[in-house]
Amino acid sequence: MEKIIAINGLKKSFGRLEVLKNVACSFDGGGVVSVLGPNASGKTTLIKSILGMVIPDGGSILFKGQSIFNTFDYKRHIGYMPQIGHYPDNMKIGQLFKMVMDIRQQDAVDTDLLKAYQLESMYQKTMRTLSGGTLQKVSAALAFMFNPDVLILDEPSAGLDPLAAEALKEKILEEKTKGKLVLITSHILSEADEISDYIMYLFEGQIRFYKTLTDLKRETGEQKLSRALTQILSSSSC
Amino acid sequence: MKSRVVKIGLLFLLPFQVCANTIIVAPHTNVATLKQALTLAKNGDSIIVKKGTYASINTVIDKELTILGENHPILDAHFTEEVITITASHVKLDGFIIKNSKTGSMRDFAGIRLSNVEYVTISNNILVDNFFGIYLSNCLHIQLLHNLITGSANIENSGNGIHLWKCKEVLIKENYVTRHRDGIYFEFAKKCLIEDNLSEKNIRYGLHFMFSDDDTYRHNTFKNNGSGVSVMYTRRIAMLDNTFIENWGSSIYGVLLKEITDARIEGNHFIRNTTGIYMENSDRITVTHNDFISNGWAMRVLASCNKDHFTQNNYKGNSFDVTTNGTLKEIYFSNNYWDKYDGYDLNKDGVGDIPYRPISLYAQIIEQNPQSVMLMRSFIVNLIDKVERAIPSITPESVKDDKPAMKPWKK
Amino acid sequence: MLKIAKYIILDIVRSKVLLAYTLLLLAISLTIFMSDADVTKGLVSITTVILIIVPLVSIVYATTYYFNAAEFTEMLVSQPISRRNILMGKFIGISSSILLAFIIGVCLPVSLFAFSATGITLMISGCLLTLSFISLAFFTSTITRDKAKGIGLALMLWFYFSIIFDGLVLLFLYTFADYPLEKAMIALTALNPIDLARILILLQMDISALMGYTGALYQQFFGSGIGIAFSLVMQLVWIVVPLFFALRIFKKKDL
Repeated sequence: MEKIIAINGLKKSFGRLEVLKNVACSFDGGGVVSVLGPNASGKTTLIKSILGMVIPDGGSILFKGQSIFNTFDYKRHIGYMPQIGHYPDNMKIGQLFKMVMDIRQQDAVDTDLLKAYQLESMYQKTMRTLSGGTLQKVSAALAFMFNPDVLILDEPSAGLDPLAAEALKEKILEEKTKGKLVLITSHILSEADEISDYIMYLFEGQIRFYKTLTDLKRETGEQKLSRALTQILSSSSC
Repeated sequence: MKSRVVKIGLLFLLPFQVCANTIIVAPHTNVATLKQALTLAKNGDSIIVKKGTYASINTVIDKELTILGENHPILDAHFTEEVITITASHVKLDGFIIKNSKTGSMRDFAGIRLSNVEYVTISNNILVDNFFGIYLSNCLHIQLLHNLITGSANIENSGNGIHLWKCKEVLIKENYVTRHRDGIYFEFAKKCLIEDNLSEKNIRYGLHFMFSDDDTYRHNTFKNNGSGVSVMYTRRIAMLDNTFIENWGSSIYGVLLKEITDARIEGNHFIRNTTGIYMENSDRITVTHNDFISNGWAMRVLASCNKDHFTQNNYKGNSFDVTTNGTLKEIYFSNNYWDKYDGYDLNKDGVGDIPYRPISLYAQIIEQNPQSVMLMRSFIVNLIDKVERAIPSITPESVKDDKPAMKPWKK
Repeated sequence: MLKIAKYIILDIVRSKVLLAYTLLLLAISLTIFMSDADVTKGLVSITTVILIIVPLVSIVYATTYYFNAAEFTEMLVSQPISRRNILMGKFIGISSSILLAFIIGVCLPVSLFAFSATGITLMISGCLLTLSFISLAFFTSTITRDKAKGIGLALMLWFYFSIIFDGLVLLFLYTFADYPLEKAMIALTALNPIDLARILILLQMDISALMGYTGALYQQFFGSGIGIAFSLVMQLVWIVVPLFFALRIFKKKDL
């Protein structure tokens, strides 16, 4: 099967700080990949590079075989949920959805989350009046709205109430079964444990390891991701 | 008794009435030129010239005649001589088109020349492309009424529209002069009345006079002339209710006054001139009830002026109100309306409580450094002007209006 | 890009700051025109106000909005739309909103009370001034990363163009008073959008005084249409060039 995203030799520095050092990896459809790593390990930069928000210094990113540099059409196949959603103060929820539909020239085909979060009744509310959690719900709903092949979720459950987080998790698993690729960055290991098929661990701008969750657990002999991680990281540092 | 006297009077008049003939001039008749008619005519006769084009190579009118043009017949000198010369008094010349006098530097060829005559009326004529338009020398009691005088607008071939030399008591009324060198030019013309004329787009001055005392200028308009209006070496003139408009350029003035004394300048409008009034060596001038609107400099008063009074004028929309070149002495401003005045009137008597200083610091700066004109109305210029008005240090302390009017004067 | 512009306009028109700006301009214009029957004087006062307030509000508001919408811009970048269209959409959106405020606050009263050649020039140069300072705001916003720096730079630019620059020019004039500086002066004017707007207004309001200048170059510059054409073209350059650089930087910028 063709790789959806293939990354090769990706480099990026901000000033003197090297954030990504020669990262190479690829992602297939039909799986949930958790990108883990400590703060400033390059998770967000990696994601932003894929989304074209950060322009890498070197290397290549192929989306379905095509280089993404200087193009934007591939983003039609991506749904992105930012870490913190922040929208123009006086824009209404309805307007935001309408605008994105206008830009993508696509209709809202997947309204599951809209319904689950009961956002439709809040269409007339302006962004300024919304709580952080509601903004996250809006971002999540927007990411899934157009039934994209790839979902990129940056710290998705941060700020969501447990029920909403649960609904999101359900949705992620459902999309996975449809053969989609879901990229998640997260700090919450228990969450990653429940939904991930693959674990990618970034450390100081390099991929420390990138393997299936089952392999990881088997190699370490642990039942829980958190323990497996602790073990693998402490053993290698010795 | 009374009716008898009247009858006797009529008897005396009768012979003149009977003898006065009317001679008709028309093309293709026995009397086909004005010259022929003049040889036939006697004092007191009338000549009527029918419509047509007549050559008129210096036609001399030397008898007391009334000469009327019907439907504006054309008298054309074909640029060879003057068109008409009047050497007799009591002549009336009315209703002609007079054109193409000779040009040149040897003599002042004119469309109509009057020389050493009295009681002549020149009215309703149209003068086109003459070197000088109407030229009066040594005349008395002349009336120039409702003539249209258009020159060639050519600098070398243009004399003055109306030219007076050594005349007295001339009435110049409702004439239109354009495209000449000076619109109206006086030298030694005294006690004249110049009224309701329009002088515009002349090459040099709209009105230009010297040594012409006791003249009155009323309701005239001087517009867009090459150098505005220039008046010099003259006493006791009155300029009333005239309009000086759009005289633009460096050293071009609405009115230039040089060595003028005891003049009254009242009720005039100075609109969009580079400088409204320029005054040099001019004493005892009263400037009242004038409007200075949207001029570059409303007034430029040189330090050589003395005892001049400026009262109840309106200064509105001028880039600068007053400038000078030194220290002004005995120049009095009072009760003028200045639109730049930003003082207050606490007792509501219509008079500002703090004096207005019409000479701004920036005006002085431009005086020294003309290139800084590019900074006009910039924040920095506004700022230094405000500071200077609050704490005068460089601008002359003596020039101020102690009683600035809060509202514009209305007539 | 027009789609983005549309939604940005819908957002800004409801903002309190823009409403306040509109009301401020409207209040100033109306007060000036109502309190004085003399229309020319009114236009003079409005000119003074416009040359200070319009650039200030335009550059500061545009910069603030740009930074406040940083996350929103990120979101837009994650959508299938080119960066060029995003930035242009933002520019069109922000500038039409601020222009709308200017049109309601100044153009409307001027058209009602003082519709004349000077009035029209005032409106046009005010609009151009708004646009050039929004363009500058985009430039400063793209070259800085955080809001505080961006607004600081915007304020500095405003202060420089509205006060310092002319002060320097005056100093320059006095230092080299003995030299013919006409060409230099005209060139210097082109380096400041506020001066360009001012010259446009001067050419209407003070043409009588300007014509009094003796130098041939100034005569030609002021007297013919050249001065107006020059100021208009340079004003457009001040709109296009900063925006062009902003666009180039934004295309390569990490968000």
